[in-house]
Amino acid sequence: MLLGPSLALSAVLFAIGVAGVLIRRNAIVLFMCIELMLNAVNLTFIALAQVHGMSGQIMVFFVMTVAAAEAAVGLAIILAIFRHTQTVDLTQLNLLKG
Amino acid sequence: MDVVTLVFGVFALWAVVSALVCVTRRSPISSAMWLVSTMFALAGIYVLLNAEFIAAIQVLVYAGAVMVLFLFVIMLLNVDAEIGPMRRSYGWVVGVGAALVLGAQLLVMRGYSVQRLADEISTMPLGVDPSLVFPEGAAARAATASRGVVGGIAEPLFQAYLIPFEITSVLLLAAAIGAVVLAKKRL
Repeated sequence: MLLGPSLALSAVLFAIGVAGVLIRRNAIVLFMCIELMLNAVNLTFIALAQVHGMSGQIMVFFVMTVAAAEAAVGLAIILAIFRHTQTVDLTQLNLLKG
Repeated sequence: MDVVTLVFGVFALWAVVSALVCVTRRSPISSAMWLVSTMFALAGIYVLLNAEFIAAIQVLVYAGAVMVLFLFVIMLLNVDAEIGPMRRSYGWVVGVGAALVLGAQLLVMRGYSVQRLADEISTMPLGVDPSLVFPEGAAARAATASRGVVGGIAEPLFQAYLIPFEITSVLLLAAAIGAVVLAKKRL
């Protein structure tokens, strides 16, 4: 079953993803850290799907779809931002900062 | 220690190390490749957790399609490895601190077993039979045994979850149109 170890692993991966989002400056790497967090959540769904039935696996299916859509739109936004400012460094994108 | 636990440990170590390296690399390309490595390790773990179909989808869609999209954008923008400090000035302390607190809170879940989950959910006194509390799990295992891995997941996907499944197609269409509109110089 491996329920406990799987949940622990997903907790560790999620924490690493959170640290990456807070630490990194590169917008694209930030997106990759978000994908890492989504993967950690998927692992929780799959681990609990062994107990609760197939619904968890189907939810992972939907999470992957939304992640793919999010990556497409997000990377298009990054592309548009890069065309304006010639950088993806988040510390230099401070136009809305008071 | 049985062989499944051992294999799980290998894949778990692989996933955690790859994720750590992914977060700490300067070059976005190597970050992306290490993230692909993490996803492969997770696919291995999915197989151990009786989700073979999701493992295949994980490799095809995540490690294949989504990460290729990331690599395309990285190479299109020609982003070099970061010069100067990799981290935001305050970010180092805040990031690691928040991650440690969150990780410590979430790690409590490692104590969970099927028995404990059943004990906490059911209203009956402790020592309840998990198969009575979670009949869906046994039913899903029986469905997988009789109709195969894909058959077991296809039946609820196209019956109980048919409407959400159709809505996803609209979502993907909207995302594709949105990406084109955003990325195109002039329409």
